[in-house]
Amino acid sequence: MISRRKLIGSIGLGAGGLLLSGCDRLDGSPAFRGLLRSSEGLTMRAQRLVTDRTALAREFSEADMSPVFRSNGTAMPGTDAYRAHLASGFRDWRLSVDGLVDRPMLLSIEQIRAMPVRTQITRHDCVEGWSAIGKWHGVPLKLLLDAARLRGAARYIVFHCADRFGSSPYYESIDLVDALHPQTILAWGMNGAVLTVPHGAPLRLRVERQLGYKHAKYVERIEAVASLAPVYGGKGGYWEDVSDYEWYAGI
Amino acid sequence: MASAQPAVSGPAETRPLLVNRHRLGTRIWHWVNALTVFVMLMSGLMIFNAHPRLYWGQYGANFDRPWLSIGSDGTHGFVEIGDRRIPTTGVLGQWRGDDGTVQRRAFPGWATIPSRYSLSGARRWHLAFAWLLAVPLLAYLTASLLNGHVRRDLLPTRDEARPSHVWHDIVEHARLRFPRGEAALRYNVLQKFAYLGVILLLLPLLVLTGLTMSPGLDAAWPWLLDLFGGRQSARSIHFICAMLILLFIVVHLLMVLLAGPVNEIGSMITGRFRVPPEREDAP
Repeated sequence: MISRRKLIGSIGLGAGGLLLSGCDRLDGSPAFRGLLRSSEGLTMRAQRLVTDRTALAREFSEADMSPVFRSNGTAMPGTDAYRAHLASGFRDWRLSVDGLVDRPMLLSIEQIRAMPVRTQITRHDCVEGWSAIGKWHGVPLKLLLDAARLRGAARYIVFHCADRFGSSPYYESIDLVDALHPQTILAWGMNGAVLTVPHGAPLRLRVERQLGYKHAKYVERIEAVASLAPVYGGKGGYWEDVSDYEWYAGI
Repeated sequence: MASAQPAVSGPAETRPLLVNRHRLGTRIWHWVNALTVFVMLMSGLMIFNAHPRLYWGQYGANFDRPWLSIGSDGTHGFVEIGDRRIPTTGVLGQWRGDDGTVQRRAFPGWATIPSRYSLSGARRWHLAFAWLLAVPLLAYLTASLLNGHVRRDLLPTRDEARPSHVWHDIVEHARLRFPRGEAALRYNVLQKFAYLGVILLLLPLLVLTGLTMSPGLDAAWPWLLDLFGGRQSARSIHFICAMLILLFIVVHLLMVLLAGPVNEIGSMITGRFRVPPEREDAP
């Protein structure tokens, strides 16, 4: 009986081992990864099919806010240019809005702060699994894009950032469904104060219906494009390019 | 998952009675799940490894207090539940990888997909196989409610639900005396509770709490947040349900082994079940 139990046990372990090494081998196969990846498009289309594309993310009250809102990713961009901007209080810093727009713009942080402000208390969800609730102050992205007169061919908005991972710049992108959404803002303030460096000073994206890595920090250039393929690695974002994270991070 | 049809009449003592026990739909769903649930569990453990702490409420991150965490203090692995710290060196929090190096992740490589740390890789597996779990589940639930499978085979009768009957079944199971003859064609009340619990409670809860972790769906369907008390509560419930599914699988496999694995597994493949003859000493 014991030997039979042992036999069954080792068969179980063997099958488990085979399953696991099989999964790792499949994981290394580009064809299989492509198959898994195809579910991303299915998920995005299904979510947008069954839900209201303009639905607002829940906004919370001050009492619901996280006591401490941790930062993630870059805590201090390492370039000389950024250090110089920080030292001068971003006096000479400019946000460039360009690409497929009729009126490219260069805006100072004072000009951006003078635009209509939207304040929202929302939940930030990291892809790792944690959540934090904070208050954000910023200009709706739609106002900037309207002022720059987006061209008809524009399909994506790319956010170029000041922080570098090795030699690669951080960047992210969203489509127009999210870019024109009322809660999608370029935030210059957080929790009633000016945005701090770990949270992306002087300007960061809030795209409330997607995961944290889409919320690009240290944004210095906004580019309207027709396709993401020619931009850096072609997958629409830094983490998408280097680690195969989903471009659509709505789940 | 039985749809027992009337037993073929024949002398049980001369040749074993074969009956059709599982419908094709049940059998296909079972084996799709056998694969899918393992992939979901193991890729889910890898996703957990990215932030091995669980919270209650709308938010929860490193500065907030978790109700459960798995970690390493540098020399020992541990699981912490509330104020209780349970040492788990070698298995959880701190363990040795295939190459012998000390790893400080929550769940060990043999339990995760992929076996080496990759949150993006695990998410690819998890979010793809989630479709393979959720769509057949919805189809099976709908079909089983409509064709009477739930009412006929899975819901306990009033008689079966009596505490004395349930207790009797528990005692019989503890003595490893499983139903034989005609009684083996129906699910006993403990099986019914287990299968109903998995099909009507655990699997739907896993899908719904999984959807509640989606910031996109939370915006469109905020009732999900109200239903579970917040995204971090949903994440905790998701984890608890996954552990209960794991418990179910362990007990399920144990019962299959004890009840006769060849007949049981065979019936889930071919649908044909060999009825175990009545005991000689049956009262």
